[in-house]
Amino acid sequence: MTNTIGDLEEADVILITGSNTSENHPVISSYIKRAVKFNGTQLIVVDPRRIKMTTFASHWLRQNLGTDVAWINGLMHVIIQEELHDKAFIDSRTKGFEELKAMVEKFTPEYVEEITGIPAQQLIDAARLYAGAKNAAIVYCMGITQHISGTDNVKSLANLAMLTGNLGNAGGGVNPLRGQNNVQGACDMGGLPNVFSGYQPVTSDAVIQKMEAAWGVTGLSNKVGLKVTEMIPKALEGELKALYIIGENPLVSDADLNHVVKGIDNLDFLVVQDIFMTETARAADVVLPSACFAEKDGTFSNTERRIQRVRKAVDSPGEARDDWWITTQIAKRMGVDMDYENAEAIMAEIAQVTPSYGGITYDRIDFEGLHWPCPTADHPGTPILHKGQFPIGRGNFHAIDFTPPAESTDEEYPLYLTTGRVIYHYHTGTMTRKSEGLNERVPENFVEISSKDAKAFGVSDGDTIEISSRRGKISAVAKVCTTAVSGTVFIPFHFAESAVNMLTSAALDPVSGIPEYKVCAVKLAAAQ
Amino acid sequence: MDAQNTIVINGNELPFTPGETILQVAQRNSIPIPTLCHLKNATPTGQCRICVVEVKGARSLVASCAAPAAKGMVVLTESPKVIEARRLVLQLMLSSGNHNCAVRVSDDQEWSRFQLDVNQYDQSNELCPVWGDCELQHLAYQYQVSAERFPRTDVPYPMEDINPFIVRDFSRCIKCGRCVQACNDVQVNNAISFGYRGTDTKIIAAEDKPLKNSECVFCGECVQACPVGALVEKNARYRVRPWETKQVRTTCSYCGVGCQLNLHVKEGKVVKVTGVEDVAPNYGSLCVKGRFGFDFINSEERLTTPLIKEDGEFRKASWEEALSLTAEKLGAIKQTDGPDAIGVLTSARVSNEDNYVANKFARAVLKTNNIDHCARL
Ligand code: SF4
Ligand code: SF4
Ligand code: SF4
Repeated sequence: MTNTIGDLEEADVILITGSNTSENHPVISSYIKRAVKFNGTQLIVVDPRRIKMTTFASHWLRQNLGTDVAWINGLMHVIIQEELHDKAFIDSRTKGFEELKAMVEKFTPEYVEEITGIPAQQLIDAARLYAGAKNAAIVYCMGITQHISGTDNVKSLANLAMLTGNLGNAGGGVNPLRGQNNVQGACDMGGLPNVFSGYQPVTSDAVIQKMEAAWGVTGLSNKVGLKVTEMIPKALEGELKALYIIGENPLVSDADLNHVVKGIDNLDFLVVQDIFMTETARAADVVLPSACFAEKDGTFSNTERRIQRVRKAVDSPGEARDDWWITTQIAKRMGVDMDYENAEAIMAEIAQVTPSYGGITYDRIDFEGLHWPCPTADHPGTPILHKGQFPIGRGNFHAIDFTPPAESTDEEYPLYLTTGRVIYHYHTGTMTRKSEGLNERVPENFVEISSKDAKAFGVSDGDTIEISSRRGKISAVAKVCTTAVSGTVFIPFHFAESAVNMLTSAALDPVSGIPEYKVCAVKLAAAQ
Repeated sequence: MDAQNTIVINGNELPFTPGETILQVAQRNSIPIPTLCHLKNATPTGQCRICVVEVKGARSLVASCAAPAAKGMVVLTESPKVIEARRLVLQLMLSSGNHNCAVRVSDDQEWSRFQLDVNQYDQSNELCPVWGDCELQHLAYQYQVSAERFPRTDVPYPMEDINPFIVRDFSRCIKCGRCVQACNDVQVNNAISFGYRGTDTKIIAAEDKPLKNSECVFCGECVQACPVGALVEKNARYRVRPWETKQVRTTCSYCGVGCQLNLHVKEGKVVKVTGVEDVAPNYGSLCVKGRFGFDFINSEERLTTPLIKEDGEFRKASWEEALSLTAEKLGAIKQTDGPDAIGVLTSARVSNEDNYVANKFARAVLKTNNIDHCARL
């Protein structure tokens, strides 16, 4: 997030898109709902489903799946047309405005309606509302990123914020909500193929030299590595021979599961480190038991870049050990000494080699976490990014055209499927499905379907039905409800025994490598 | 300091900012005024009348939670009148329903009858589930009142425990309304409200349905707000008494909000979770996963030893054996096929420290940049 969670209560207008906030980030949704209820904040929701947040919104725009660039360009078209853009901000802080203007020229409300299904007048109203606000915040989540055009979608939202001067201001900004507790931290700490911790590029000689000196090693690779979505095909081709998987369950979470299973099977060696015998661990040659969050000291970085303490409350069961300890023990047996006395000693090294974490110590974050960038011991942290200036100097507008999603419906597969989560479960369910209470609330997989579609396909509430795509099929219980909009069904991805990712498409965003989980074509049939 | 904007509380002259209530000025200056219905950060309702104070020149006592400080005001927080008023409020509260804690001093026979009654309602022969951790009990002790003054009245509503998370015990509800504010004004889930009238008043969900059939999403904000034993976590009820536990503050391990929570630990196990008040990002709020989704920690299915697969079956192994085998295999593949034949998937679930070490392992030990995590998925 460019801004903080608390900052949302300062916004005059909030635009939520691709985030089922009340289910996936409940506590953030409360900030937004309070802003609407008590501060008169106006809420715009752009979402293909009639999610709970739409009941708090003054404007709900329902777009066709995978058409986000089109409506965002449409908003910008109206804003420029009606001269609602922030000229001072554009002049002093950005470049590329003319190219953007030329690109959005053709995205008239009527043209956008054709692509997205959003009535022209609704688009115009939303544009006026967003651009007319003093401070307008954008909130988004996986509904924006899990598309082949995910990177384009994100850049388009940044365009929209810059166009209206909504960066660097309290109550504004572009705010991605991170799904998992420490996605932010995994990225910050170099859990990415192209950067060391703090986003220092592996392709920079200066960075390589610095890291070699800090770590006391030579021969660090300056070649960008494989993304997870590239590793699987490489495993299938036999080029990738071994995988060391820490705390992840790609055998449920990855798009086009059949493909993933084959890739994993083809490895010479798989080692999985986890707290449970997950579907992925079952496929391993060696399984290493690790400690869960309640059993370890350390830090997580939340979605607003706040680095917060994790503290050991109980002992881990049996011989389970801290993840970092296990990794350093393997390192030692491969001839590299990576000894740390404790997690705090690791943080000291992180601060030393990671500029944005330079000022972080356990003492400083003992009561309340700090927002990175926090480069020095006396730096107060950075709650709001891009105040006064961008790190790259001027912010770049990206002129982006609309590309349709990879898959569309046809006679055989007449319905769109989109995926996501429910409030009672989390990710692949390895943790939440062990909780009796959470399981009792949502015990089994379901498919959300509108009453109109239900009628058209002869489905009744509670029926077990078979859903198939061009890649596979699963069965699930039909839930006829008003959240679903006709033409599109929804299935959550928490359930290994009926994994929706058997159906999803593995078409990838060419830049981020994120699969298009949010759009594929399916058909329904009564279960055999 | 603007000399105009001061009030005198118990003889101390104290500055205030316009709009502040008497209660806020007192709290800021560590002058205790008891409250029951007051919920921090929500609009005061003045419902319970426990926070009354005496204001010189005012005809009656005023509720300090709702009365704004005015310049020159002279306030007494514990005068004889105030104490008498608070005692009366407490006596009335204690006379209604099943407050079977130590404050109900009475003759032995009456107590026995009462206790047996309550036991039947509770389906338990213990004292109230929040005995020793109750704001009403605490005040009753402070003001030395018991339930004897007024005849006992029964509460006609049965306990509701048909959802997995929260037990609603109407017999112990003092109708303070904190839960209603927690649900409607803090979490804005709009699940519960005041229903019926007068002595029949009940906190209801939808048209008096069980919580599980209402808008309730089991965030538990109401439970954390309830000052008495009317709303209690089902998994902690009777099982966890605060003096048996220690609390460890940490960060929720589910979503990216990073809520601050207290793990309540009893005999080496996490038995209850509450939100940490007064600190960002959640100021005490949690969702159902953070508050109730901790069973996995104590799950029987946790992995407890390293495992090695032989002929398609796992067998237990020592750390030494498992680590050596892993190092040997990875080393051999690195040797024959090169570092880039190995990949590391680190995790959006584990700590920064764990991730940093995984990143260093891939780059400095394996010598590959093939490292990623599934978070983008
Ligand atoms: S658990 Fe949450 S949603 Fe349910 S009644 Fe309590 S505050 Fe409202
Ligand atoms: S349930 Fe608790 S918080 Fe709600 S009104 Fe009754 S006593 Fe107050
Ligand atoms: S309590 Fe709920 S909202 Fe808060 S971090 Fe945990 S999962 Fe997220």
